[in-house]
Formats: sequence, structure tokens, C-alpha cells
Amino acid sequence: MTTSRGNRDDLPGTQQLLIDMQGVRKVYGQGDAGFEALRGIDLGIRQGEFLAIMGPSGSGKSTLMNLLGCLDRLSSGSYRYAGIAVERLNAVQRSLLRRYHLGFIFQGFNLLERTSALENVELPLLYRGVKRAQRSSMARGALAAVGLAGKEANSPSELSGGQQQRVAIARAIVSNPTTLFADEPTGNLDSVTTAEIMNLLTHLNRERGITILMVTHEDDVAAHAGRTIHVMDGLIERDSARNAGF
Amino acid sequence: MLANAFLIALREIRRNLGRAFLTVLGVIIGVTAVVTMVTLGQGTTMAVKSKIENLGSNLVMLRPGAGFGPRAAAAGVPNFTESDVIAIAEQIPGVAAIAPLRSNMLSTIYLQQARNTTVTGTTIDYFAINKWSLADGRFFSEDEASRGAAVAVIGNTVRDELFGPDDPIGRKLRIGSASFQVVGVLASKGQAGMGDQDDTIVVPLTAMQRRLGGRSSARDISQISISAADGVDSNLLISEITALMRQRRNLQSNQDDNFSVFDTRQIAETLSSSTRMMTTLLTAVAAVSLLVGGIGIMNIMLVSVTERTREIGIRLAIGATAREVLWQFLVEALTLSSAGGVIGILLAFALCSVLAPMIEVSFAFNLQINLIAFIFSAAVGIVFGFAPARRAARLDPIDALRHE
Repeated sequence: MTTSRGNRDDLPGTQQLLIDMQGVRKVYGQGDAGFEALRGIDLGIRQGEFLAIMGPSGSGKSTLMNLLGCLDRLSSGSYRYAGIAVERLNAVQRSLLRRYHLGFIFQGFNLLERTSALENVELPLLYRGVKRAQRSSMARGALAAVGLAGKEANSPSELSGGQQQRVAIARAIVSNPTTLFADEPTGNLDSVTTAEIMNLLTHLNRERGITILMVTHEDDVAAHAGRTIHVMDGLIERDSARNAGF
Repeated sequence: MLANAFLIALREIRRNLGRAFLTVLGVIIGVTAVVTMVTLGQGTTMAVKSKIENLGSNLVMLRPGAGFGPRAAAAGVPNFTESDVIAIAEQIPGVAAIAPLRSNMLSTIYLQQARNTTVTGTTIDYFAINKWSLADGRFFSEDEASRGAAVAVIGNTVRDELFGPDDPIGRKLRIGSASFQVVGVLASKGQAGMGDQDDTIVVPLTAMQRRLGGRSSARDISQISISAADGVDSNLLISEITALMRQRRNLQSNQDDNFSVFDTRQIAETLSSSTRMMTTLLTAVAAVSLLVGGIGIMNIMLVSVTERTREIGIRLAIGATAREVLWQFLVEALTLSSAGGVIGILLAFALCSVLAPMIEVSFAFNLQINLIAFIFSAAVGIVFGFAPARRAARLDPIDALRHE
């Protein structure tokens, strides 16, 4: 049985990890009917990394992503995000952590229908209580950063798939998160658009130093990431950082 | 946080204006119905009261039979006599004026125009007691009254219906089988709760008895109208007259009154209590429709929570707390229902301004009922919005995001 290899001891030159998971397990259901989706994950990620999480369906990669994104509670183990013990946070505290530090993009874009691109991007700022004028200028800035200046008034149905995903990216980065979680971000896009979106993510990672954690099952998409981990049967089976001998 | 929830809820409503309208339609209809019913009901009550006060404020009436409804004129109930009138005038202190009345529904004819009208035979005190004033001509004189002269004072409706544009003063009018000369026209009093007061002809009592009375009971008096002197309690007057009449008719203590004495205030109260009861019933029906409207809000909000599960997931993922989602849905329901309340109030206002002139009641804006309707509709939103809001707030972000 393979053990996880993303141990922090394997990562030289890091004093402080942004994400530090130790022995994380996740069990769905209870007793005999319980299903152990994650069976002991050790994973360390430094600020500014671009990490691809790969694995077949049912491997536990989505569960891992949800735990990393503070959307779910771990069953056991420890998870430090920027030094914060996430496993001890309650639902409200996890919401606030997401609000101020994390950004999300999804395979299905998940924009609000019949709502302009600008208002979609403003959404996280509304929950942050950002004032009207600043909200608008921040949202315009984020849309410009993803190459959608001039499309502020368009609703999702008036935008192409690639443009919708750009709006979603703008929404995720508008509040300057430390980490961007991308769940199959190009799953619904053609190859040309996929390349554009991946270039945009790479750009955000390099120029803004945003840490990106991306779930994907396509090798050429994963190739944009600086590091790839493979999840299998609830464990990290392979970690390119380890293999490359960092 | 509330201001934020309000902003988010408003954006959500704007996204789905059509659905929002359908959601609150029930509340709009309910509030419109309640406010309209209460406003028009109160207008009717007020109209009835003020018109009855036109009859004369300190007016006391004596009629045969019990009560003053349709049952009053039951057969076999004795009428009054002129000696009753004299006895009351002489023995009861506090009587300022007294007038015997004898009324009959009779056919009246002028040229080709014919009309059935209440013809009242009485004395000249009647005009003062019932607060009649003249529009034209004169009342009949003391002398004409005692002679039983064939002269008539007609109401406004009779003038319009029989004479049209002609000047009726001095004209001959056929009443029953006799001919009367019109000497005056009464100023209009309008509708009372009991019908058109202006559809009347007043003639001297003696003329009525001699010329229009018909059979044996010709000298009977069917009503005695009394005005109380200033400062006299009409209740005291009523009990004194009752005692006197019982004594004159030799009624034993175990026998009921076979006459009734009442004042205008009692008529007003009886009539307005019946309109009030109608109003209450109709308002209750309208309130049920408001309740149904609230259930409509809950129904559509529940559906909308399911339909918007994914949206809730997005909000939770980007950092909304469960409490914020709860507030968003609650504020949304509250905003919708109070907007429905405001629209309902405006509609009721429009409806009342159209309907009030049609049913001839005055339309007074009633702040109290409008306020109650608004607060009630807002409360409907909170009460019926809570279950959907809690359901939304309890959603798990991962499940919600996965929802198709």
C-alpha cells in the first residue's frame, strides 16, 4: 500500500506552508455503511504554487478539493490554511475564510442567470460589504484583467462559454484571494478556449502570485500546472514535486 | 448586514420581476379587498348616520307595534288617536313640539305623469320637527290645516318626476281621488338608510282624513313625531311616553308594548350596526384571501428555493454565511409582500374613488386600516417566508453546487 508522498519533509526550502494537511480522512455515512473517501492525505502546498489534482472519478479528488476549499469538514486529521486550524472552524468561520481568502471557479461556470457580468463579479464584494463606488470599480478592474472590458452589461446568456468562464474567474479574483480553486475549469470548453483560459490562469499565477489548485482529468490541461498530484482510492498516489526531486 | 441583504434581495427580485408579480398577486388582491371593504363599509355607515341625523336630531317617534322594521305594521295593532296626541302634549314635560302623522302610499297624477308616493297628513309642526325647509313656495297655514284645505307641499323627487321643468307652485295635483293645489316644494334631504326621503307629499292631516282616508279607521293616526325640548334627555322622554301610553291602553305588567317609542339615534344605531355586520363579514372573507395570498408566497418561495439551489450554492461557496442566506430569502419575502401591500393599498384607493360615488357614499382615506393592511402584509411575508428561507439556509454548499 502506497503512502502519501506530499509530506512537508519532502519539500525543501519552505519555512511556512500555505496549505498543510496531515493525515486527513473523510468518511461519508456512519458505521458499516460508511464510505472512506479519503484515507489519510498528507499534502503541503506553498504560496504561489500552481497545482493540478488528477485522478479517475471516485478516486476522492473532488472530496479533497472540497476539503481544501473549506467547503466541507474533515473527519479526522489536521488542516492548516495560512496557519489557521481549519478543522476547528465552525461553518460561519469557514464561510468567512472563503469570503476573505479563497476564490472558486467551476466546470459549469455557475454564474447567476439574468444578471449582468458586472453584478456577477460584484457578488463577493457585496458579502464583504464593499461600498458601491469601490465595488463597481473593483469589478470593472477584474473584468478588464480577464479581457472582458466592454462586456460589463452582458448577461451570461449573451456571452460565449469562454467568456462566461472569464466572468467566473473575474468573480473569483475580484476580492484578491490568496488561493484560487478551479474544479475542471475547462471541462465544458473547446480546445482553443481551453488554451485561452489556461493561459489566463497561468498569467494570474505568475503575475499576481495567486496560488491555484485545479482539479482536471486532462493531461494537457494539467501540463500548465507546475506540480501535479494523482489521487487514487483516497490516497495521493503520485506527486510530481516529489518525483522531480525538489 | 441587513442593508446588504436588502440590496441582494432587491437584485434577486429584479432578476425575476414576472415571477415576483405572480408571487404577490394574492397579497395584492387580499389587501385591495380588505382595504376597499373597510373603507366603503365605513363610508356607508357614516352616510347612514349623517342622513338619519337629517331627520332631526332630538326627534322621538311613536309608532304602532313593536320595533320600527318591516314587522312594525302588523295587522291588528291599534293606531293612535288625537286624544293620545293631546295627552302626550299636556302630560309629558319636555315636549317642544308634537305632530300626528298619517301616511299612505297613494297614486298621484299630474297631466300624463303618474307616480306612487308616500302621502303624509300632519300638522304644521311636522316641518319643524323633521327639519324640513322650503325650496320654493310655502308650507300650508294654520288656517288651511284646521279647515282641511286641499293643499300639498311636495318633495323634490315628486317635483322632478311629475312636473319636470314646470313650476309646480299653484298647479293642481291629483292624489288618490282628490285634487290638491301645490303650495310649496321641500328642500332635498337625499337618501336615508330607509329610502328616498324626498319622494313625499305633505298635506294637512284633516285633509288627509277627510279626502283620502277611505274606510272606518279614517281618523286614526299612524305615527306621532315629537321633538324634545333643548336639554331634555330623549331616553327619559321615551320612558315617560311609554309609561303614559301603557296606562292609556290599560296594558298589564305581563303584557308587551303594542307600540314603540324610539329616537333617531336608535334608528341610526340599528342601521349602522347592520351595515357594520355586513362590512365585518365581507372583511373576513377578504382577510381569508390575504391569508391565501400568504400561502401563495410561501409556495412560490419554496419552489424558488429548490429552483435556485445552485445559486444558493454559489453564494455559500463565495463566502455567504447560512445566516446571510436566511436573511436574503426572508428580506426577499418581506420586500415582495410589503410591495404587494403598497400596490394593494394604491389599488384600493383607486377602486374606492371609483366605487364610492357609484354607491353614493363619501370616501374618506382611513389611515388606520391602510396601516394595518400594510403591517399585516409585511407580517405575511415574514411568517410565510421563514420556512423557505430556513430551508435555503440549511443547504450544504457542496450538495447545492452539485444540484442540477
